This record gives sequence, structure tokens and C-alpha cells, in this order.
Amino acid sequence: MQIAVCVKQVPDTADIRIHPETNTLIRDGVDAILNPFDAYAIEEALRLRDRLGEATVTAVTMGPKQSEAVLRQALAMGADDAVLLSDRAFAGADTWATSLTLSAALKKLNAKIILCGKQAIDGDTAQVGPAIAAHLGFSQVSYLTKVIDISGDCLRVERLLDHGRETVQVPVPTVMTVVRELNNPRVATLNALRQARNKPIPCWTSQDLLLNAEEIGLPGSPTEVREIFSPEVRGRAEMIQTQSIEQAVTLLMQRLGQLPGEDRP
Amino acid sequence: MNRLIVNDAACIGCGECIEICPFGALSLQADKAVVNDNCALCGACVSHCAYNALTLHKSSQHGTPHPDSWRGVWVFGEMIDGVLQPVVYELIGEGRKLADVAREQLCVVIFGNDTDDVCDEVLGYPVDRVLQIDAPDFSVYEPGLVSAALTALIQKYKPSVMLAGATAIGRELMPRVATFCHTGLTADCTELAIGSDRLLEQTRPAFGGNIMARILCPHHRPQMATVRHKVFRPALARSATSPRGVVERVVLPAGWEPAPSARLTRTAFQKLVGEVNLAEADVVVCGGIGMGKPENFKLLEELAALLGGTVAATRAAVDRGWMPHERQVGQTGRTVAPGLYIACGISGAVQHVVGMRASQKIVAVNHDPEAPIFNEATVGIVGDSVQVVSEWIRQLKACGGERS
Ligand SMILES: Cc1cc2nc3c(=O)[nH]c(=O)nc-3n(C[C@H](O)[C@H](O)[C@H](O)COP(=O)(O)OP(=O)(O)OC[C@H]3O[C@@H](n4cnc5c(N)ncnc54)[C@H](O)[C@@H]3O)c2cc1C
Ligand SMILES: Nc1ncnc2c1ncn2[C@@H]1O[C@H](COP(=O)(O)O)[C@@H](O)[C@H]1O
Repeated sequence: MQIAVCVKQVPDTADIRIHPETNTLIRDGVDAILNPFDAYAIEEALRLRDRLGEATVTAVTMGPKQSEAVLRQALAMGADDAVLLSDRAFAGADTWATSLTLSAALKKLNAKIILCGKQAIDGDTAQVGPAIAAHLGFSQVSYLTKVIDISGDCLRVERLLDHGRETVQVPVPTVMTVVRELNNPRVATLNALRQARNKPIPCWTSQDLLLNAEEIGLPGSPTEVREIFSPEVRGRAEMIQTQSIEQAVTLLMQRLGQLPGEDRP
Repeated sequence: MNRLIVNDAACIGCGECIEICPFGALSLQADKAVVNDNCALCGACVSHCAYNALTLHKSSQHGTPHPDSWRGVWVFGEMIDGVLQPVVYELIGEGRKLADVAREQLCVVIFGNDTDDVCDEVLGYPVDRVLQIDAPDFSVYEPGLVSAALTALIQKYKPSVMLAGATAIGRELMPRVATFCHTGLTADCTELAIGSDRLLEQTRPAFGGNIMARILCPHHRPQMATVRHKVFRPALARSATSPRGVVERVVLPAGWEPAPSARLTRTAFQKLVGEVNLAEADVVVCGGIGMGKPENFKLLEELAALLGGTVAATRAAVDRGWMPHERQVGQTGRTVAPGLYIACGISGAVQHVVGMRASQKIVAVNHDPEAPIFNEATVGIVGDSVQVVSEWIRQLKACGGERS
């Protein structure tokens, strides 16, 4: 059984700010990291491999050359192989074109169980996983919280919806997107990291994937970013300053209209 | 080949594009902007350049044929256990405005079993049409089935705009539908408008809420968006004088069914019991590390109960096991926008704030006067969160006691 994990390199958004006066992004010292959700996807792929016995895990990413770093991280955690999809023609891809490109690679890999993070923390779209499932015609499980059992061509899994936990029977091939409560991702040892550094990683281009220039990258993307700007800020809170906590709470309740007879909008 | 092109004659070397580029792809050489391999062709610099010195060159784009013949604004009528979800009323309110500007019809799509009452209820709001897809197969929500059916309907009726809530269901369903329809989808929108070119302008946060992006889908139809909870006001009931819409019972076109291999089978469902759905709560009392220890969350629960709300937590508190994952608010948790959000012992990290920024009123309690949360809050108290919450509970009980 071929298991694949889609991983993405993202800027560590904790560090990205907008300059309050010039209204521009401050990028200085922004690190590139493995999308946090994807670590849970890698971990689950490895666990599935162990449960299945005969299976291999391949990590896949689409991005510029330097995004290879997240593949090395996946290898260090224990993935068997990795493939980088990198080509100038992939640049500017929205989720439609990204998922098409990834789907072509996943087909080439003959992947039957595909794991993705629930969302990537840069775009936060949570679209790529479901879109891969649609492109490939596979079943789709979003918000995976537990793989209960595996029997033949079927998985029984639990997933988390807004109003409850659903247990479903899932036909394989399938694409599953994972949430954080699924597992605790293992930490790669230094030795494994060193070994992963030397492992050759093939790079596939649009030609390797038999994709046409107009269905990938910017031309293959139905959406266009028209402009970016900084969000409105609220400005500083009205601070309640009093001698005692009792007084402060009374003033707060007045302000919120929670005291009888003192209603204020 | 797709490229970002710098027109050297127009470029004055001001460097503004370097600042705006999220990917560090631009630099100055000999006072002219130059593009390196990091360029993701996002176009941010193009609209930012005051001198029109930057253009995105695209090799040919294939869109939906005759995009202008696609007409109508559609709302996905998400239901859980036969009940229309609150976000649907918000979508009806916003969809009505868009439809009026575009001079098109507003249509709500309802999938389910025994949905006559729901459809009738929807007609109490200013919608032109309800498309009713009523069959026993739809009594339990299943993404493979609903996405295939919605795709078939979209291809038959050709709406121009398709909106859904950015709920767990909306966010898993719409990417499937958009892929099947070969069109664009903008996730988690916080603002929608019809532009002068009649295109849907979709605004959403990105990079953990640090920036906003305005996104268009110029050549493909429908223009699809999921919309955050509680960002828009719910629709008001239809006025007595305005015309009542119609229900159209739809027969799905032949061959719409998905392959069995694309379907899930529900074997069990465990409802989140005794809890208000966090995303729908009117009051959210959220605790962070500054609550000190897990036992103190009992106080937050008590406060929430007195205010008719529900309890949430920051990721740092969830990571310590103080609260379950589904209670986490923020970029990697839930987005909430209640009338009142109470942040207790929370620093106000951007990843947290993005999940609660749209709340109407925000109260922050933190013993550090410099905590960033005070820059997001409406009202702030500098003090110990446990003491303030305990006192708040005491006074609420006291005045509650007076009243009864
Ligand atoms: C990729 C990514 C995604 C993330 N997603 C999320 C997310 O979805 N949600 C989320 O919440 N976070 C998220 N985070 C984490 C986020 O960056 C912060 O680390 C987190 O929100 C901090 O939680 P906190 O405010 O509870 O803790 P802290 O930052 O430790 O703040 C505690 C605050 O309590 C105050 N305090 C301490 N004692 C008291 C007292 N006795 N009385 C009053 N105040 C007191 C302190 O002054 C401090 O301001 C994410 C981070 C990353 C990198
Ligand atoms: N460029 C990419 N390469 C590989 N996987 C990706 C890429 N973009 C998104 N993904 C996968 O899709 C998930 C959801 O991403 P998104 O739809 O961008 O929020 C991520 O967690 C990854 O598993």
C-alpha cells in the first residue's frame, strides 16, 4: 500500500507583522517552518504504515527548491521517500492549481491513502485536501481524529464536526485531512536528521507530471489576488482603573449593562 | 510563460514593491526593481505600485465559457438534524444585498428529507427562490453525496455566486464542489461586495490574520466563497409588502450520483452534549495561561453559566491539557464572534486574536498592562484574572439575587 503525505513549507506566521506606519509587511527574520498541521499528518502516515505492515510512506511538497527542507524533516521522522514538485510554471498557483499538481504527482506515485493537514497556516484555506480528493475521485475524510480500524479496502475512522464526532466507514483510496488531537508527532533524532540530509530527493517538473502550462500555476488558477492590506485595528481598550477589584468589576458591569437600572449601550 | 514584468521606463526605484512583497522576491538594482525566483506571482506588488511599473504576464487563461450568462446568487442552506444553521440567515442577509446590486435573484439550496417546513420558513426571509432537494438519501449529511448533487445543480442552473458558511461542513464541501465545477473558491471571507466590473470582491484574512487579501474570480463560474460566522448580520424577516419567494422542488439530473467509492457511511455519531456550539455562542469566556491552573477554569464555567455563555481556551491552555481541543479559539482552533468575548489571562498573540477579533465587545483581564490583548479589547482591567472573575461572579449573583 502506498501512503502519501502532503506537506507544505510556510512562514512562521507568529513573526509576520505589518508595519503600523508604512502599512507594509515586516519580514525580517521570518523563519520557514513545516506547516504545523502537517506534522500530525506525517505521524499518522507512519502509524498507518506500521499497522498495515506492507506499506511505504512518501512525503510530497510543491514549492520552490528551499521547501525541500520540510521533506527532509518528514524523512527524518521516518518517511521512506520524498518527492519535490518544483517548476517555475507552478508559481502563482491557487488551491485549484495546487491540488491539481499534487494530484498528478499522487497518481504517479499510485498513492492510495493520502494525508494532508487540515489547513496551512499561511493561507488558512483548508481547501487543498478536499480538492485533491475531488480531482482524484477519492473518498474524503476531513477533520480526522482517530483511525479506529483497518480491514481490507476499508477504514473505520472518527472525525470532528462542529456539532459532534462522527464515525464513518471509508472506502480506500481516500484523502484524509487531520486535526491536532489525532496524535503526538514524534521528534526526529539528530542522527535521523543527519541521515535525511544525505538522502536524494527527486524533483518533478510539469513535464514529469504531463501537465499543461495553462492548467497549472498562475494561468491555471481561477482566483486572483487583487490587493493586500493590513486589517483594521481597534485601538487601545478603555481601561478601568480603580483602587479595588470590587470597584473595577462594578464599573465593568455598568459598562456592559449588567447592573440593573444602570443600562448603558 | 507567466512572469512578473518590471517596466524599467516607469519604475522610479522607490522600493515600495520590495516592502509589500510577502515573498521577498523583489530587490533594487541600479535603481530599478528586479524579480527573483521567490516570486509567487501573487500580484500584491502590481496593485501597490503607484507608477504602474509592474505587470503580471499570463499565458492564456481558460475560463468558464460565457461567464456573463451565469446569473443568480446562491446560498447553501446548511442543516444539522433538520435545523437550518444560524450562519444561513447571515448568508441570506448578505446574499440579498449582493443580489440587489447585481440585479439578480437570491436562491437558497436546501438538501434534506422532509424539508417542507424548513423551505417554508426560509420564505419568511427576503429570498426569491428555494431549491428543494428532498430525498431520504439526504436525511444524514454525507459529503460525497451532497457535493455531487450540488455540482449537478450548479451545472444545470448556472448561478453566478455560490456562498456557504465557513463551518466544518461548508469548508469540506465547497472545495469539492469548486473542484468539480472547475472554479475558484475563497475561504473564510469577512467581507463581500459586487465591484464596478460586476465581479464578486471577496476579502479574507491570511497569514494568521496579519494581512487581509481581496480576491476575485474573474473568468470562472460560479464565484464561490465560504463566509465566517457572525461577520454579517442575520437577515430580517421579509416585510409584509415584499413579494414572497417560491419553492422549486428539484429533480436532480440523471447520472448525478457519485461513485460508491467516493462515499462515506456513518456508523455512529456522538453529539457534543451539554455544550453550546462555541461558534454560535453569544458570550464566550476564554481562559489562557494567566488562569494559573486547570481548576480555575471552573470559575470561568461559572461566569459563563451566569452570563448564558460558554467557555473556551487559548492554545497554550489546551496544550497543557486544561481544556479539550474543540474549545480552542484561534487560527488553529475555532473562529468565534460573539456579542461579548471575555479574555482572562490571555496575552493576545496574533494567532489567538484572529479567531476572536470580530467579536462585538471584548473584555480583557490581564495583570500585565502592556499585554497586547489590550490593543484588541473594548474594555480592559489590569489585575489578577482569578480575583476579577471571582468578584464578577459574586456581584452577578448579588444583583441576580436582588432581582429575583
Ligand atoms: C502556527 C501557530 C498557530 C497557533 N494557533 C493558535 C490558536 O489557534 N489559538 C491560540 O490561542 N493560540 C495559538 N497559537 C499560540 C499563540 O501564539 C500563543 O502562544 C497563545 O495564544 C498564548 O496563549 P495564552 O495567552 O494563554 O498564554 P501566554 O501568552 O502565556 O499569556 C498569558 C497571559 O496571562 C497573563 N497573566 C498571567 N498571570 C495572570 C494573572 N494571575 N492574572 C491575569 N493575567 C495573568 C500574562 O500577563 C500573559 O499576558 C498558535 C501559534 C502558532 C505558532
Ligand atoms: N504546496 C503544497 N505542497 C504540498 N502540500 C500542500 C501544499 N499546499 C497545501 N498542501 C496540503 O494541504 C493542506 C491544506 O492546505 P491549505 O488548503 O493551503 O490550507 C496542507 O496542510 C498540506 O497537507
